[in-house]
Amino acid sequence: MIATGVAAEPPAVADPVVPARRRLPPLFLLGASGAVAVVLLAPLLFLLIEASGSGAGTIAHLIWRPLTATLLWNTVRLTVVVTALCAVIGTLTAWLVECTDLPGRRIWAVLLVIPFAIPDFVISFGWASISTWVQGFQGAVLVMTLAVYPLVYLPVAASLRGADPGLEDAARSLGLGRVRTFLRVTVGQARGAILGGCVLVALVILAEYGAFEILGYQTFTTEIFTEFQVSFNVPTACALSLVLVVLGGVVLGAEPVARGKGRAVRTGAQAQRAIRRHRLGRATLPVLAALALLVALALGVPVGTSVYWMFASGVPFLTGVSVLDAGWHTALYSGVAAALATLLALPVALLAVRHSGRGGRLLERSTYLVLAMPGIVIALAISYFAERYAGGFGYQSAPLLIAAYAILFFPLALVGVRASVAHAPVALEEAARSLGRRPDEVFLRVTLPLIGPGLAAAFCLVFLACATELTATLVLVPTGVQTLATQFWAYQQNLSYGQAAPFALVIIAIAAVPSYVLARHFDRLPSRAGSAS
Amino acid sequence: MTAAQPRALRAGWGALAVAMAAGWLLAGCSASSGSGQSITLYNGQHAQTTESLVSAFEKATGITVNVRSDDEDTLADEVVSEGSRSPADVIYTENSPALEYLQGNGLLASVDPSTLAATPNRYDSAQGDWVGVSARVSVLIYNPSLIAESQLPTSILQLADPRYQGDLALAPGETDFQPIVTSVARTYGSAAALTWLEGLKANAGSHIYPDDETIADEVNRGVVAFGVVNQYYWYRMGAELGSSNVHSKIAYFAPQDPGYVLDVSGAAVLRSSTHQADAQKFLAFLVSKPGQEITAHSDSFEYPIASGVSTAQPETPLGELQPNSITIPELGDGSTAVSLMQKAGLL
Repeated sequence: MIATGVAAEPPAVADPVVPARRRLPPLFLLGASGAVAVVLLAPLLFLLIEASGSGAGTIAHLIWRPLTATLLWNTVRLTVVVTALCAVIGTLTAWLVECTDLPGRRIWAVLLVIPFAIPDFVISFGWASISTWVQGFQGAVLVMTLAVYPLVYLPVAASLRGADPGLEDAARSLGLGRVRTFLRVTVGQARGAILGGCVLVALVILAEYGAFEILGYQTFTTEIFTEFQVSFNVPTACALSLVLVVLGGVVLGAEPVARGKGRAVRTGAQAQRAIRRHRLGRATLPVLAALALLVALALGVPVGTSVYWMFASGVPFLTGVSVLDAGWHTALYSGVAAALATLLALPVALLAVRHSGRGGRLLERSTYLVLAMPGIVIALAISYFAERYAGGFGYQSAPLLIAAYAILFFPLALVGVRASVAHAPVALEEAARSLGRRPDEVFLRVTLPLIGPGLAAAFCLVFLACATELTATLVLVPTGVQTLATQFWAYQQNLSYGQAAPFALVIIAIAAVPSYVLARHFDRLPSRAGSAS
Repeated sequence: MTAAQPRALRAGWGALAVAMAAGWLLAGCSASSGSGQSITLYNGQHAQTTESLVSAFEKATGITVNVRSDDEDTLADEVVSEGSRSPADVIYTENSPALEYLQGNGLLASVDPSTLAATPNRYDSAQGDWVGVSARVSVLIYNPSLIAESQLPTSILQLADPRYQGDLALAPGETDFQPIVTSVARTYGSAAALTWLEGLKANAGSHIYPDDETIADEVNRGVVAFGVVNQYYWYRMGAELGSSNVHSKIAYFAPQDPGYVLDVSGAAVLRSSTHQADAQKFLAFLVSKPGQEITAHSDSFEYPIASGVSTAQPETPLGELQPNSITIPELGDGSTAVSLMQKAGLL
């Protein structure tokens, strides 16, 4: 450790021993992370309590009925196919935007992210309303791929930007061909980001509800919702949710195996070097056409159909007031929840990356389990705790909804924060410590500026996810309040496409802002090509 | 790195914290609205149907109504788990079973006799704990380009006939379907009902949908030939999509067929309500002449049943319908239907 030798020298240092103790995390960090993990896993506890309420025999009966096999098959095949498609599309588009001389790459960087801002249920609504082909399995594959590939694109783009271009040069100079260099070095360096994105994609699909209901595709989540709505049966819904959590656990467990060892670190802005981008040459036009097609399918169809329905249906659309009111609530709840989730992610990310003991990693990984729990289960859990144990305090109030959002989308915040923490060199902080700075000063003056962009990205990701969330919102929205998503859903459910459409468009508009910020943000990060473009 | 940067950062974090706290408070406050007279309505009816009724009621009485809309079964379940602490004053549902379920749990207050008097007795709770507001009837919706009217089943039992394999749309999770299952089980017995449900499942194949709206939509678009829905969904769809986009028709079952079921949508005051008087006023309004006129003339297309108001839409008048004789107590709380559907693997 470089810091140790220098540390004892300056006399003004409060704590002269800044030893090599990366494996022993500070108590504060450990405590904060532990508290976060407890809050996040509380819904799982609810599942276990409620499911055990119906007895082992009943649970076994529920889980081993024929319907479960259908649900399992539907859920698993969809998850595998969509995750694979997203990995390919997300990685290729990120590489095109970040590493080639693609014309208009700044515009593409924004256009490729915006589909993430469009709720899955709006994309499926758009597609299902124009084509009867888009339903069932094929419909679900199409819609979900278009809706969630940005989850791979975003981390991979960020990672390619931060990657060390010298490695590629080295590989080429050692005689590795172009394609092999791409596969081994470029993709290799982004491997963590690709896998991280794939895990998110798989988990999001496991928990998706609205899109599948519109497409008439039965998965565990739609069945859980039905179980909960129809049979007054929370224990049954919880028993089925446990299967979903196990599936999520399998996804999470597979990821570190696939990731392997090794970590790419690069010393931030200092090591930046301008290199030329790969030239697309004759491939430019086909590539542009392919990207245009992707954007048209993912962005054009939902926006186009929403505009169409707004004008085509005979029903006059709603007064602006209710759209404004719903929009304000959506923005308010999403903004507060995003800030909260980002704040909570910080200690966990620091612990996981900086003090990579087994405990820290386990703690970090356990928080991802949240994504495997459908929104409705988390909403029910929170509602149940408030109602049963807190004497109804906060029941059906906004803070509860905000807390649910923060729990639901904590993993998104963590991905954003973690990536930047991982790329921030510890050596800089150790140097600052060795120069006599107090830990809090080091945090503010060194760590934060290094990870600031990651925090902003995390905020934007969570904001987007909250603004487009449906299931938990339906359960927890305060009485008398409508958000854009709940109001859209009410109209859509009623086949009032004309009245639903304006809400869809406003959701897209609200969520497009952080998408844009996110995309531009990555664009301003130290680029491997410097300011060459 | 300049010295100003950390200070700005620190200020930034401070601002973020303040903004979050403010946002939290704001979010908390905006939900708990004005201190004037207000009641909370758990609404299981279609949001638009309720919206026009609520705004007319607010205008007439000055009482604010906070509406919480969700599936009727979900709301009933919430009321049960909330118990005496329930924030709800009134619950308004699409079908009687959810209300019968709450009544069975002793969670409903008696409805004012004058309110009950506005509606024919057979449409109210036998115990007087909830009042009927409107009626709907189950019909077949079909796409003439996929199946001729003469080929349609005339009895609910025929829906399980293997010749309809792949033609049937089914929404087992839709609460409107439960009364039909209950009715079949009452007429033919549980064992026959189970066999029948298994036949439906085989015929529906992949055409299992979440609700009646989706059945109407898919049949209308020609994805599937026919399904069973309540009559008003077809009229609503026509109003939403415009007549030029309607490619489906409706047909009635044979008179008194067990599938020809009249469902009643109703409302009740919760026993736990701390606004009993205002809540009763809302129920009285629903069955009053102005309230029933709204039901008759809005895009709800349900049958008004109280205060002598009749439907003004192009629908078959209520009096000309020939539904099965099953009564509201016989429809019960739907639990038999649900357990049969679970046994058949539909739920």
